[in-house]
Amino acid sequence: MSSNSANSYWKSNLKIVASLLLVWFIASFGAGILFVDALDSIRFAGFKLGFWMAQQGSILVFVVLILVYIRLMDKLDARYASDNADEITARSNITQSQKEVNL
Amino acid sequence: MNVQIWTYLFVFLSFSLYIGIAIWSRASSTKEFYVADGGVPPLANGMATAADWMSAASFISMAGLISFLGRDGTFYLMGWTGGYVLLALLLAPYLRKFGKFTVPDFIGDRYYSQSARLIAVFCAIVISFVYVCGQMQGAGIVFSRFLEVRIETGVLIGMAIVFFYAVLGGMKGITYTQVAQYCVLIFAFTVPAVFISLMMTGQPIPQIGFGSELTEAYGGGYLLDRLDGMSEALGFATYTEGQRSTQDVFFITAALMFGTAGLPHVIIRFFTVPNVRDARRSAGYALVFIAILYTTAPAVAAFAKTNLINTVSNAEYTAMPEWFKKWETTKLITFDDKNGDGRIQYVGDPSVNELDVNRDIMVLANPEIAELPDWVIALVVAGALAAALSTAAGLLLVISTSVAHDMMKRSFMPDISDKKELLYARLAIFIAVLVAGYFGMYPPAYVAQVVAFAFGLAAASFFPAIVLGIFWKRMNKEGAIAGMIAGFGFTAAYIIYFRFLNPSIDNAENWLLGISPEGIGTLGTLINTCVAIAVARLTPSPPNEVTEIVERIRLPGE
Repeated sequence: MSSNSANSYWKSNLKIVASLLLVWFIASFGAGILFVDALDSIRFAGFKLGFWMAQQGSILVFVVLILVYIRLMDKLDARYASDNADEITARSNITQSQKEVNL
Repeated sequence: MNVQIWTYLFVFLSFSLYIGIAIWSRASSTKEFYVADGGVPPLANGMATAADWMSAASFISMAGLISFLGRDGTFYLMGWTGGYVLLALLLAPYLRKFGKFTVPDFIGDRYYSQSARLIAVFCAIVISFVYVCGQMQGAGIVFSRFLEVRIETGVLIGMAIVFFYAVLGGMKGITYTQVAQYCVLIFAFTVPAVFISLMMTGQPIPQIGFGSELTEAYGGGYLLDRLDGMSEALGFATYTEGQRSTQDVFFITAALMFGTAGLPHVIIRFFTVPNVRDARRSAGYALVFIAILYTTAPAVAAFAKTNLINTVSNAEYTAMPEWFKKWETTKLITFDDKNGDGRIQYVGDPSVNELDVNRDIMVLANPEIAELPDWVIALVVAGALAAALSTAAGLLLVISTSVAHDMMKRSFMPDISDKKELLYARLAIFIAVLVAGYFGMYPPAYVAQVVAFAFGLAAASFFPAIVLGIFWKRMNKEGAIAGMIAGFGFTAAYIIYFRFLNPSIDNAENWLLGISPEGIGTLGTLINTCVAIAVARLTPSPPNEVTEIVERIRLPGE
């Protein structure tokens, strides 16, 4: 496998992880703890928004984050696999033509 | 049929199921015993992980704690779920790709050092033992209250069951019993919640009932407004407002999250699936299954608190229902008629308050307080036992693999045969069950605190060592060892200092930066990380083979 495509795979992976963790931080530590009192001034149904984020919303966000992660990584894996597959076919084509030359 | 008979029936049926599964899934090789042959489908692993994770504390204690903590109880909810995001994004896929059996395997190989491996073994055993004692004790409480046997007998029954399927089936037996236990426990947790939600708000979904208006019989108005109003009127803290300082809540939440991601019995579950893709999937399933309980729990907390106040506040003591008397005999509810008027004064002011309710009984007593049918109460008992036993089994397996695999096979007796290793693994579980049972019967003074200890220690020892090992190639053995010792040592010292040596000064004024011992693991994690990076910078780079391991685990595929 080429180290180039391995590198770009790892970089895309880091980008996905970093952006999801940013959302993770904002939803839990941000909305549920640091800004909970400010958000409490907004109400919906019987909930204050800050309280709801702390006891319900953040958990729902966590679930969505992992589901998004699974999807994005599956896509990235598929792209990486097809990059590598191209390379492998390319390489086997070369050996093929070399063989022909040898013949 | 009364509660007693229903309880015996449900407990008997569920236990027979677990034993049946154990016989069906006997392990015959170490690979089966440690990681169920790496062939667990992601959905099953998600359920098993959820049961492994949700302990007696999650099932029995958490909703009760939240109903007394109000909004501050949030740190349990976010801490014990948010950690899964870290686990799924930063650990699970890479550790699966690494493809060995245990956490000390990873630490030892990645840091090319027997000392690092042995430190990891030590941390894993301490953390798991601390945690398993709480499970055994939880099982004992449930047995003694509902089956009316002595706590010791209850613990013994629990030990016998866990022993049977853990020794016989190892990870394979544990995995499939955990799948069954997840079904039992989630059903047992949500059914009463649905009943109570319907009764109090007319809403079948507790998560919606939580924010709905109470029915006429309960006086109308939004549930949470009503709970806030009642709490204030009786001199308790307002339910939906926080009492603890923001930084303390922040640090406790973070410690529970890092701890969740660093707990060895959760991490090893991801070694049991066939590949990296399945490891990611099963982390997703696990969190979905966990979230069902964790979003129901705060609703249960609010319902239970409202119901409790409605039932006991200013009521005649002699008119109290049967459950009240039964819990009184276990001393988990105590009533002291200070003003001698025969009525229960349940208020915030400790000099006037006459009622003390143990937090741990809220979930167990909730169906009785709400006068639900007998079979629902019995179901909760079976669920609580499933939660305690499933977690205990997972922890015992960690202890067993740490001893037989990490210490015997990989450190002291590398030539041992697979059969012999398997024998040692079974022997180690046997001894661990006995020790855990002993501590379950004669628990150390502060069980709840001791469990918080496990999280702080897991956070401060494993989490940085594993994450840096994956995400920073330059990380070497000197850094990892120094970091683990510094983080573990600092956290243990802080907790022991405040919780065991000087409990009298255990308050916000004396705490470092206002961080309670529950939250100190976060600081321990930071100290571990900083020490590890600094030491690694000053010492030689890891050898090439190790850099190659890191490069390999970063890529997808087999």
